[in-house]
Amino acid sequence: MIANILTNRIVNDIAGGTAQGVIIGLVALCLVLVWRATRVLNFAQGPMAMFVTYIGMTQMDHHANFWVAAAISVAVGFIFSALTEIVIVKPLYHKAEINPIVVMVGMFTLLEAVASAVWTNIPRYPTAPFSSINFQSEGNPTGLSPLSTFQIGAALAIMTLVAILFNYTSLGLKLRASALAPEVSKLLGIRVGRLLTLGWGIAGAVGAVAGVVISLNPGGLAPNMLDAMFILGFIAAAIGGLDSPLGALVSGIVIGVVMQLINDYWNSNYADMVAVVLLVVVLMLRPQGIFTKNSTRRV
Amino acid sequence: MISISHLSVAYGAIVALDDVSIEAPTGAITAVLGANGAGKTTLLRTISGLVKPRSGSITANGHALIGERPDTIARLGIAHVPEGRGVIAEFTVEENLRLGALGAKTNVTAGLEEQYTLFPVLKERRKQYAAQLSGGERQMLALGRAMIANPQILLLDEPSLGLAPLVTQDIMNTIKTLCANSGLTVILVEQNAKSALKISDYAAVLHVGKSIAVRPAAEVAADESLRSYYLGMAE
Ligand SMILES: Nc1ncnc2c1ncn2[C@@H]1O[C@H](COP(=O)(O)OP(=O)(O)OP(=O)(O)O)[C@@H](O)[C@H]1O
Ligand SMILES: [Mg+2]
Repeated sequence: MIANILTNRIVNDIAGGTAQGVIIGLVALCLVLVWRATRVLNFAQGPMAMFVTYIGMTQMDHHANFWVAAAISVAVGFIFSALTEIVIVKPLYHKAEINPIVVMVGMFTLLEAVASAVWTNIPRYPTAPFSSINFQSEGNPTGLSPLSTFQIGAALAIMTLVAILFNYTSLGLKLRASALAPEVSKLLGIRVGRLLTLGWGIAGAVGAVAGVVISLNPGGLAPNMLDAMFILGFIAAAIGGLDSPLGALVSGIVIGVVMQLINDYWNSNYADMVAVVLLVVVLMLRPQGIFTKNSTRRV
Repeated sequence: MISISHLSVAYGAIVALDDVSIEAPTGAITAVLGANGAGKTTLLRTISGLVKPRSGSITANGHALIGERPDTIARLGIAHVPEGRGVIAEFTVEENLRLGALGAKTNVTAGLEEQYTLFPVLKERRKQYAAQLSGGERQMLALGRAMIANPQILLLDEPSLGLAPLVTQDIMNTIKTLCANSGLTVILVEQNAKSALKISDYAAVLHVGKSIAVRPAAEVAADESLRSYYLGMAE
């Protein structure tokens, strides 16, 4: 009975889709964190995560162990993203004529070009510490492998940490205040500029986690490895509501599962299209996203 | 003590303050009166570092403020309750208060307790979102959030805005008590001259960007010739 459930086709699709979906959710979370902090849609999020994933994971070529390489990616992801905010985004805050989006698109192109120059376009396959062969139940495959289980666990752990940081700590209160009401926060003595930089740094670290996990998947580590994921993450963020971290996670999982079901039961070529249709429908019905409260701004 | 001298501020071609000099003595309430567009808000925003002046100087307790960042100025002990109160609607009452203590790096627990004693209504509503408070309660929250920082100087921008006369009176009395109990220096910007003059020690009048001498509040109240300058007066 249990074995039947564990190897049931739909259940397997849901499990496999969730493993993909949490990563979409992580990418969406990065976008949401940056949007909440500075009202910038960071179109370079994908390549930034790709770039720092390379920096960390290529350390494995020099005999670093996977965890050390992953930690380097995350740390560099934090620093790189925070520096981007200081060097590129902050100077643009007061220049209405230069849209940060245009600059971020430029950065997108630049980072992918530099990555293919330095590391070539041939994918690399970092050795994962977990097997990607699905668990078996009475001789039949289930929907999860040790790797996808790790993937779900890591993503949920990151989400939980971010949620605790933002909702239950003093630092989180200052981060939220700086994003919601920068001027009032300054009047209260909060170092808003620093906290917005920190918000970008956290987003960069989360993006690096997504990058590391994706590099363990069949596509491996490649300069354009995050392009498709980024588009799905953007769709998830827009569906969930750009202001809602929880919305990012839930919509990410829903998109992952729906796409997996379409791949399996219909035609994999339609999966991306369906995600876009989903986005258009949600934006028509609820332009602010599903999880955003009809916002009461500060008074 | 806060002393503003020869302060001029312009927004592009619009001159908002023109050679303004005002002194607010320690431990007293100094009202700054003036009609719409007189430059009252600009004055407070310049003190707080949100607006950069063209010329002039501002010193508070011996610190030169011009050129300092707003958050630095706040941490020098200058609390500013902005026009419209600046309460964060998406935060609970307690989160708003905590934020005030965190910004000023004062003790959160002790500060909350103190403000809850001063404003029992805030304690009752501490878990509610600020969006759900009435105008008077929001003003109390804004005051509590300013006071939790243990400031030496308090800048208030039209605390009576949008409040019923009885609530205004209540808020004004609270301000008076705060000042009397803690030796606080207050600059009270108001269009509601009558309510403000009642609790103030000194008063200055701003008229289209120019300041008219700071004098004891009772004198200003009695001076019929000044009245036309602060036409917002609620009779
Ligand atoms: N950000 C701004 N940009 C351009 N002009 C401004 C700006 N803020 C204020 N002003 C102008 O500066 C002058 C003074 O404005 P200010 O807000 O300081 O007046 P106020 O005395 O506070 O008025 P009120 O009683 O209506 O609040 C006005 O002419 C106003 O239009
Ligand atoms: Mg004003």
